[in-house]
Amino acid sequence: MEALGTPPNPLHVAVVGSGPSGFYAAEALLKSGLAVRVDMIERLPAPYGLVRYGVAPDHPKLKEPILLYSAIARLPHFSLLGNVAVGRDVSVEELRAHYHAVVFTCGAQTDRQLGIPGENLSGSHTATEFVAWYNGHPDYRDHSFDLSQEVVVIVGQGNVAADLCRILAKSVDELTTTDIARHALDALAGSKVREIHVIGRRGPAQAKFTNKELKELGELANCDAIVDPRDLELDAASRAEIEAKANFVAAKNVEILRQFAAQAASGKPRRLFFHFLKSPTALAGTDRVEHVVLARNRLDGEPFKQVARETAETEMLRCGLVFRSIGYSGVPIPGVPFDPRRGVFPTQDGRIVDGAGAVMPGLYAAGWIKRGPTGIIGTNRADSVSTVKTLLADVVQLPPIKEPGPDGLRRLLSARGVRTVSVEDWMKIDALEVARGQPAGKPREKFTRVAEMLQCLNVG
Amino acid sequence: MTTIVTDNCQGCRFTDCVTVCPVACFHGDDKMLYIDNNVCIQCSACIPLCPVHAIYADDDIPEDQQHWIQTNAERSQALPVIGDKQEPLAGAEERKAALGY
Repeated sequence: MEALGTPPNPLHVAVVGSGPSGFYAAEALLKSGLAVRVDMIERLPAPYGLVRYGVAPDHPKLKEPILLYSAIARLPHFSLLGNVAVGRDVSVEELRAHYHAVVFTCGAQTDRQLGIPGENLSGSHTATEFVAWYNGHPDYRDHSFDLSQEVVVIVGQGNVAADLCRILAKSVDELTTTDIARHALDALAGSKVREIHVIGRRGPAQAKFTNKELKELGELANCDAIVDPRDLELDAASRAEIEAKANFVAAKNVEILRQFAAQAASGKPRRLFFHFLKSPTALAGTDRVEHVVLARNRLDGEPFKQVARETAETEMLRCGLVFRSIGYSGVPIPGVPFDPRRGVFPTQDGRIVDGAGAVMPGLYAAGWIKRGPTGIIGTNRADSVSTVKTLLADVVQLPPIKEPGPDGLRRLLSARGVRTVSVEDWMKIDALEVARGQPAGKPREKFTRVAEMLQCLNVG
Repeated sequence: MTTIVTDNCQGCRFTDCVTVCPVACFHGDDKMLYIDNNVCIQCSACIPLCPVHAIYADDDIPEDQQHWIQTNAERSQALPVIGDKQEPLAGAEERKAALGY
């Protein structure tokens, strides 16, 4: 038998998940110089993961990595197996029987919990639900949000929180020519939201916004950004942090917030209030959320190591809608070890390890399911490249398999009646989405139900 | 919208920026890197990664660095993509310290 990874005996790899990490892993594999076949397995008929279903519709430029991913999808020896859920349609064991290696790049599909009373009251949602809903994710198609409420609280101050602020703050006219899902646009058209409160656990010097997205929140046509100048009085350690020259992003954020604080509200229909050094301790209300209890925090520790500690001082903030945006968590798949505390598949150098720390031969992970939900799209490129390096170094010792290649898997899926979606199939769905967006001047009108997407493949 | 590499990259060339670029828009010669704004998606992921704050976007580009807009546009077209992290230039750490970072 020729060596694995040579043309007579190519390396067969299944990549589970079609978001950024999956495509960067596929690219690194296909450009490695070895003979590799990549089958990308995706739960939905539509690829691209969080670029399609996470990036906000009013930031079309940030969706441009799709151009790169669609070029990767057209590389020789790449196949898409869309509409296939690992754990539902095929087991991890079955994948291991047909592929020399399986790389999990399935991301972090659920939200972290705050762990406070009232968290699950009606009117309290995770940011994920709202983001996936306005982006037309089929799993969230039938969710609804009570936009008749005037006051919204967003817990968390990262880029997802910034996206929520903009989508809630903008007028429908500002969103109508984006690829926002039609059902979301219709619901937002009736929005009564007047106040948005965005709550951060730490201070303005520790806010995780990028300069660009923070600045954008101060330039909204329909919404005034409001900061209490007292919130910008920094403790000595925070002053030291922003004076460190390498911490220029935080220093700029504080400068931008100072500009917001100095501006008088100009009477725009909506107002966005920034709150710092506050943590929600409870949501309360009789049938639904009516207010959030916020504890004031103080910072404790050395510069760059400050943590927020709750004080006894609390305040009540009346609100009708709460979104929790405090980070994502991965979801377990039967047959793969899972670390519930961190919400990731435990790994060493990209190799998946069991509870005892022993390597599970042939199983790898990259992206958020490996590192947790940190960094943005591009951060996952370096991560996927590093996992693929590990995988390629293991090639000589990967366990032999009886029937390598996708044929066995395809037979199995076909016997189970699974309609797999190929790259060509997806291009049909994609073209139809683009075409039906045209009359409204939208870059696309997404299909928001799996059945609708599959229906596209039965015509023409 | 424009994101560019400026003065401080010369003599350092740490290349941390390229590891987070989702679209591989950095090009380089043996002195420094340049951004191809035809490809850049303006995500600003690279900006905080630069140890010497050589990367600026839009209205944050300092007055005395404006000439780099043209240079980035021209040089990025003529040079290969730098997609992987490389060793910094010799003396990079000293230059970083001299720049106050």
